[in-house]
Amino acid sequence: MIDKKLSSCREAVAPIADGATIMLGGFGNAGMPGQLIEALREQGAGNLTIISNGGGTGPYALGALFGDGRVKKLIASFPSPSAAQFRERHMRGEIELELVPQGTLVERIRAGGTGLGGFYTPTGVGTELAAGKETRVINGREYLFELPLQADFVFLKAHLGDRFGNLMYRGTMRNFNMVMASAGGTVLAEVDQMVEAGEILPEQVHTPGIFVDHLVQVERHPKLLELPKEGGAS
Amino acid sequence: MILTRDGIAWRIACDLDEGSYVNLGVGIPVLVSNYLDPGKEIFLHSENGILGVGPSPKREEIDLDLITAGKGFCTLALGASIFDQQVSFTMMRGGHLTHAILGAIEVAENGDFANWRVPGEAVPGVGGAMDLAVGAANIFVAMSHVTNKGKPKLVRTCSAPLTARGCVKRIYTDLAVIDVTPSGFLLREVMPGHDPASIQAMTDAELTVAADCREMVVPEIAANGKALRRSST
Repeated sequence: MIDKKLSSCREAVAPIADGATIMLGGFGNAGMPGQLIEALREQGAGNLTIISNGGGTGPYALGALFGDGRVKKLIASFPSPSAAQFRERHMRGEIELELVPQGTLVERIRAGGTGLGGFYTPTGVGTELAAGKETRVINGREYLFELPLQADFVFLKAHLGDRFGNLMYRGTMRNFNMVMASAGGTVLAEVDQMVEAGEILPEQVHTPGIFVDHLVQVERHPKLLELPKEGGAS
Repeated sequence: MILTRDGIAWRIACDLDEGSYVNLGVGIPVLVSNYLDPGKEIFLHSENGILGVGPSPKREEIDLDLITAGKGFCTLALGASIFDQQVSFTMMRGGHLTHAILGAIEVAENGDFANWRVPGEAVPGVGGAMDLAVGAANIFVAMSHVTNKGKPKLVRTCSAPLTARGCVKRIYTDLAVIDVTPSGFLLREVMPGHDPASIQAMTDAELTVAADCREMVVPEIAANGKALRRSST
């Protein structure tokens, strides 16, 4: 019987070695695999390369990994002002940043997962992010050549999971999780709830289990359950 | 007289037709959602994976898993759909959105614009700005006509790092509405109290005045109580 369930995030992240490249799903706090990231923090691997849309949302999870000095390079599109731990170390020259337009980041990950050697995109043509990139004119329009991205480990966050590794998300959790699922050597998912095989209807499976190696049921990271302090919703 | 930030958003909303699929950038553009005609069905796109963003929720209605690209909580409009990044950027870069409304630091007369990196900024972030710029059918820019130091933002050539080349179609400022045409900036509307000569004086590049250039008619106060215009002094 196939059973990809593990009992803890600690067990899931145990094989990660120094120097690993790790993709993290999530956009803002939605779909962020906060418990796997915390387990990695406790596990102690360093000299990491992180591939993520942002640079963390506060002094916990990814922000704490940066703060602990565990990351040598970030490949991201938007290390926003809330990514204070990353920005501080980046400005001191301790973390390299490879800035990638968001759609290009998505497509580079997709290329990595779908077996393509790269692709041509119009995004970034004529900008400083085109520096050093091959260009080609196709049907009269200029494109940049972009390379695929893959990772040794991928951390995903989903709402439901089953023993086959099938995943279902809710709200805007899908974001980078779905595309990253195919682009890693070992793909780990944390889920809010583990359900019996067959409970996620086949047409409701967002990430098919073939892409997922191990999954763990977790309580949400407490920092990711906090509402804004003031009355305003946004 | 000049338009307030809400006034610029109001003016842009006037130009969005039923059936539009629109991405609103941060700053003035997100205010456009407050001025859309409720009688028109217009879909708002959020790059993290929503088509059909609804109003902000009341505090007790917040769903932690439902956020916009600006990281604020949102609701969903009738007919909304949710998807992943790949589908979202297919909509953006693939030319499926009818409009992207973006802020800018500078716009050049050939449609080049700069909005992602303030020169000298220590840690840049680009997000989806460049993908939207090359993909959406109509790129509208919302910005003040000049910087807070009085420097023109409609220029012959951008000096700030470019977001994309030759893609801006129309610019809405606190003073004017200007189209970007193959022959440069075309002045279409001016605020009361200004004329083409006074707008030109605050514009680095040359303006052509449209044959039907008109004075904008703007209510003082919007239905939501926000001032849309104020005296410029």
